[in-house]
Amino acid sequence: MKTITLHVNGHEAGAPVESRTSLADHLREGLNLTGTHVGCEHGVCGACTVELDGVPVRSCITYAVACEGRRVRTIEGFDDDALMAQLREAFSAEHALQCGYCTTGMLVTAHDIVRRLPAADESRIRLELAGNLCRCTGYRGIVRAIARVLGERRAGAPDAA
Amino acid sequence: MKPAPFDYRAATDVADAVALLGEGAVHAKACGGSQSLGPMLNLRLAQVERLVDVSRLDALQAISLSDDRLRIGAAVTHARIEDGELPDATRGLLPFVAKGIAYRAVRNRGTLGGSLAHADPSADWVATMRLLDAELVLAGPGGERRVGAGNFFLGPFTTVLEADEIIVAVEVPIFSGRARWSYRKTCRKPGEFADAIAAVWLDAECGIARAVIGALDAMPHVIAGAEALGALRSPGAIGRALDAAGVEGDYEREVHAVMLRRALNDVLPA
Repeated sequence: MKTITLHVNGHEAGAPVESRTSLADHLREGLNLTGTHVGCEHGVCGACTVELDGVPVRSCITYAVACEGRRVRTIEGFDDDALMAQLREAFSAEHALQCGYCTTGMLVTAHDIVRRLPAADESRIRLELAGNLCRCTGYRGIVRAIARVLGERRAGAPDAA
Repeated sequence: MKPAPFDYRAATDVADAVALLGEGAVHAKACGGSQSLGPMLNLRLAQVERLVDVSRLDALQAISLSDDRLRIGAAVTHARIEDGELPDATRGLLPFVAKGIAYRAVRNRGTLGGSLAHADPSADWVATMRLLDAELVLAGPGGERRVGAGNFFLGPFTTVLEADEIIVAVEVPIFSGRARWSYRKTCRKPGEFADAIAAVWLDAECGIARAVIGALDAMPHVIAGAEALGALRSPGAIGRALDAAGVEGDYEREVHAVMLRRALNDVLPA
């Protein structure tokens, strides 16, 4: 076991960890942040997507020890994020979730899409979502939710952050 | 699945990485962003006693441009290439290829050197570096050595890298202003490994005419020379090229033929 220190959701979090423990398992089992979900565990499904140093990564194929000293933001760390609040509302309004298993990874990815690709159209949204699997919604609601937020922000809606 | 236990060591510099890899009888492997090796470890298709992390080494992060070459550090991520952080030496080819690799969350971690060391025959950088005849700079206990992409890959998932060597950088040639290229691939779903890859680079000023058929059971198949490329336009030539590349199966032959035809149409005058 090694003791590692991560900056998780704005707080310093030191905890012992095995070298083979994924960042996802460390967040869930070592730090009790169970909003990050573990799906395929080989980088395909996207359920475990979190932010590492401000960009989305797969926490199932990123080892916790490799993140020593780095900033991690999980879904729990977006509570006060204005863009995420907008996305949450749009996901709810557009029926972008059902069972919720993929949702936290979807939201982290959606957050990245809106920030990085403000001009994204529907086909670009779909392309960017290819790495996040959902088995409930058929994606239409998710795509609509992200398109709605992009549209609101392009229109300069007053609640856009 | 969870990987079997291993020891993790973050290398402090290139010499340290080489020393950590070569220590005693430990079965060690270098890793960058762990986007190829991580899945292999998690699925227990690969098992190591020690993982040597080289992803944070400054020497492997550098990007530099000389008169005729662009040198890209082995730990440069696909996302950095996608975002155009390096000089546009290939008239947009490298960012185009990078953008098509897996998913953004993978590209944020996965590295150029890691992908080449992993040597998946369907990997985009494997086909691209064969197309460009890139040169890999390797570091080992005896110092550095250079290996052309044509000699680096011995076969699927097998390279000339010794157990105590790492890739430091990849050097690619600079395209002339008249260079033309095409990179075509087909995947069952965007971001998955390709079923077929065809890439072509024509650069009359540099005397380059080269095509690559990738995503094969073996390493990419290269067709070199303006004459050989031009001959691909004659009836039956695509089929013969696929024979030479060892492409078998109706679906495989169809998708490889379509990719190659499209890539040729992109760059050759009709």
